[in-house]
Amino acid sequence: MIREIKAEKIKDTVKRLLLQANYEIGTDVLRELGLSLKREESATGKSVLQQIIDNHRIARQDRIAMCQDTGMVVLFVSLGQEAIITGGDFTEAVNQGVKEAYTEGYLRKSVVEDPLFGRKNTGDNTPAVIHLELVPGDRIKIQVMAKGFGSENMSRGKMLLPSAGVQGVTDFVIETVQKAGPNPCPPLVIGVGIGGTLDMAARLAKISLLREIGCPNGDIHYAALEKELKERVNELGIGPAGLGGRITALAVNVEYYPTHIAGLPVVVNINCHAARHAAAEI
Amino acid sequence: MDKTKRIQTPLTVQQAVGLKVGDNVLISGVIYTARDAAHRRLAELLKEGKPLPIELEDQVLYYVGPAPAPPGHACGAAGPTTSTRMDIYTPPLIEKGLRGMIGKGLRSQAVIEAMKKHGAVYFAATGGAAALISKSIKKVEVVAYEDLGTEAIHRMYVEDFPCIVVIDSYGNNLYESGPQRYRTCKTL
Repeated sequence: MIREIKAEKIKDTVKRLLLQANYEIGTDVLRELGLSLKREESATGKSVLQQIIDNHRIARQDRIAMCQDTGMVVLFVSLGQEAIITGGDFTEAVNQGVKEAYTEGYLRKSVVEDPLFGRKNTGDNTPAVIHLELVPGDRIKIQVMAKGFGSENMSRGKMLLPSAGVQGVTDFVIETVQKAGPNPCPPLVIGVGIGGTLDMAARLAKISLLREIGCPNGDIHYAALEKELKERVNELGIGPAGLGGRITALAVNVEYYPTHIAGLPVVVNINCHAARHAAAEI
Repeated sequence: MDKTKRIQTPLTVQQAVGLKVGDNVLISGVIYTARDAAHRRLAELLKEGKPLPIELEDQVLYYVGPAPAPPGHACGAAGPTTSTRMDIYTPPLIEKGLRGMIGKGLRSQAVIEAMKKHGAVYFAATGGAAALISKSIKKVEVVAYEDLGTEAIHRMYVEDFPCIVVIDSYGNNLYESGPQRYRTCKTL
């Protein structure tokens, strides 16, 4: 049975999710910030964490963006193969949802139409970056992210040799966070994609940022790696806002995929503490 | 180090050299916004020997591109952007009398040297605390480069704008000393 889903419904959902993501931080982030406030030893670090927690309360209450960098919109869409979209073009519907959220929601328009020549602002924060996958079923799952570029700019990828192994991956993650220092607005959510191809590793790193904080990878080896990486990152002492302290990472999430016999791609995608994402199923 | 200092802009060199790394500061008065595109234009004007649209002597620049103001708000979300991107344009502005910068993130050695030479201060505001910070911004007006939208130069009237001295006019840098105090591993 084919199930019809109206393009209008997709537009409305994207709009609603983006407003939610920009005004209301996830309860998982808020919980981890609260725990971090208890664990942090630096007085300056504590005061930064308290500011961040207060900021989230104000954003939610006043319906105001939690961060002025309301990001470039990234969507992960899982389209059920028994669903059919009617009444309009899918991509246009998504971008219309972005446009309405960013213009009506007093969110900053941060997208330029050409990365190299002119860099003219598109004026409505479109287009979104859309990742689409086909899945069984007749529903559409839409996950949106508002990805700020203070943290995106500090993200890095590397094609490691297979011999580099766990040590090579760990060193690359630590080196990336260390080089980033205060720039990506710590405490961070760190996404690591390992395997696949160059592009797949980047996609996995981004997908890992959508995972709830406190939920480890289902594989015991990767769960252990996540724990180890979080401890190592926090040993760097970068701390809240990079001013020194025990809490540099709120979470390190790792996702993996089969790869080629000759390769070990790894991408580290850094997210700030304003880890904005929201999801819905239509 | 934990004592909060209240300062009023314009920021004189005497005030600036009295601020020490780690000082918590509440800024009141007028500050100006500028980020990437505005800095590029200011640098071009200086290169051509033309006058700047704002007088920089003893002024404070805030690296920010605010979100639009919702009804009933003087300013939308307005947290700091990464200062590092402004580094290549900054030393000539400090030579012109720029006294304070508010942002977040690392600065180049060239910027720090110019700060030491001319007596300027780099303040960090908390990145991502944009809704909270916007409460201290009481009025905003565009003074130059309106075509740049959020990247235009705005004059902001602020009251008790919260920040911390992260690099003082002596070159002391909390981004180095702070993490060093808490680092428990060898750096790579």
